[in-house]
Amino acid sequence: MSGARFSKQVFRTFLWQVRRELWEHRALWIAPLAVAAFATIVHLGTSLTASDAGRAAVLADPARARELVIHYHAMTGATVIAGLLVGVLYSLDALQGERRDRSILFWKSLPVSDRMTVLSKAAVPLVVGPLIVFPIVVVASLAMMGLQSLIWTLDGADPRELWVRVNLPFLWTALLYGLPFMALWNAPLYAWMLLMSAWSRRMAFLWAAAPFAAVLMVEHLALHHTPSHWMLERRIAGGVLQPYSADGQGVVWIERLSDLDPLRLYSLPGLWAGVLLAAGLLWAAIRIRRARTPN
Amino acid sequence: MAVVEARNLRKTYRKTQALDGVDLSIGEGRIVGLLGPNGAGKSTALQAILGLVSHEGELRVLGRDPWRERGELMHEVCFIADVAVLPRWMRVSQTLDYMAGVHPRFDRARAEGFLARTTIRSDSRIRELSKGMVTQLHLALVMAVDARLLVLDEPTLGLDLLYRKQFFDALLSDYVDHSRTILLSTHDVHEIQHVLTDVIFLDRGRVALSASMEDIEARFVEVLTTDDRLAAARVLKPVAERRMFGRTSLLFDGEDRGRLAALGEVRSPSLADLFIALLGETGPREAAA
Repeated sequence: MSGARFSKQVFRTFLWQVRRELWEHRALWIAPLAVAAFATIVHLGTSLTASDAGRAAVLADPARARELVIHYHAMTGATVIAGLLVGVLYSLDALQGERRDRSILFWKSLPVSDRMTVLSKAAVPLVVGPLIVFPIVVVASLAMMGLQSLIWTLDGADPRELWVRVNLPFLWTALLYGLPFMALWNAPLYAWMLLMSAWSRRMAFLWAAAPFAAVLMVEHLALHHTPSHWMLERRIAGGVLQPYSADGQGVVWIERLSDLDPLRLYSLPGLWAGVLLAAGLLWAAIRIRRARTPN
Repeated sequence: MAVVEARNLRKTYRKTQALDGVDLSIGEGRIVGLLGPNGAGKSTALQAILGLVSHEGELRVLGRDPWRERGELMHEVCFIADVAVLPRWMRVSQTLDYMAGVHPRFDRARAEGFLARTTIRSDSRIRELSKGMVTQLHLALVMAVDARLLVLDEPTLGLDLLYRKQFFDALLSDYVDHSRTILLSTHDVHEIQHVLTDVIFLDRGRVALSASMEDIEARFVEVLTTDDRLAAARVLKPVAERRMFGRTSLLFDGEDRGRLAALGEVRSPSLADLFIALLGETGPREAAA
């Protein structure tokens, strides 16, 4: 096979691998979609029941501007979290389910290497997840805005005021800014879960959580303080705190485009150390998958 | 170049020696039956050839090391390992889409042609199909791949007689040609006898016999003899002996047929007879590996 044809087939195989994961794990897109749809419906309900006087009061007081935006933030946050959670469930099952149902013998009978398999499975929470969440948030926020504008218009209020107060382009930009960061920041956690999924025969979740639980317990009993707890908390919360609060401290939240600082965000040593760790964990998962046959 | 070449192939699972120095050489276009009792190492040998388990000793399949190069090897090797390994959540049409996507040598129209002869609907999920239909589907997928080596590990296990017959008929009429090599393991010695060009008997991780069907035909002779001629027959050193209906059946390896005819009724043993004669009296075995 010539070089160009070879890499074309590699890319083609990668895309089909990802597609097949989406066939098998439909929750990957159904869950964030359902959450966004639910948030949109709740928003519609509250917009319908809001009184004219209440609306006027909010518009009159600049200090209450956040009340208009809060639904949009809540919908975005809930959808992102739904995407992260299905990514976790997916990662814990991705390399174990194929052994449980013996289908690993079918997958291994095809010209798809273990490296390709593991990397395409890792790409699902790291790349495909954000690519699913982003358009869902865009569409849901537009739907929410459209419905709310319609209600305002019917009530005789000026919807243009709404579009000024709720800055959708900023919301989308901030999401584009944070989603890749979250994926990279969480990469070692996903890679760890994939590794445990490849390694353990069953209950990958317990195996994935056990070492953390053990370390926390030992520290708590022996040292009476728990540095690992602090580190774990920083890692899990960091996905949101780093992109969306000033200096990642979680005290001052970003509010405008000029608050975004991609240079600081994407040069955090903790980010790239985690990516390096994730690469090592995935390498181990590839080695383990090579030796795996059905349970 | 041999399609499969193994020298002193060994595999140990904890305390069980599954393969204990196996030498194999399988040429292009052969249809080879790998036979042996449970725990003889058939599955392990096939798994090593397919790159599913690590091994010691030398092993080349189509010139590649299967353990290190499985992904590449599977361009030219197909296998049906065990039964019912197709993902149960998948739709029949999805299996075709996916195969066409990842396998450059998969001919979708050919697979659809095979499926058209069955009652399998393309919008069915695999979990809705019967065991026999799943095997038909898997065979259709595999036969639509232009592969050089097809490996089948107990492909008809658990199927009824009708499906078993269909399976081998389809394989023979639509797949076999001189450039394709088939390696298959099975318990059903009877059913595949007429299909094979070569047999390899494995026993406790070793090759007990490796020969072409012509060789076997030429070498092995079974003689049914009466008690009065038994002593004279034993002088010729039979490789196996068993009593049946007041007479004794003796198996000879490489003995002159004319000479044996004087001792009793002479016939060519079936593969099943050979299997029992050569592997049947070797004492208790380890549990299946």
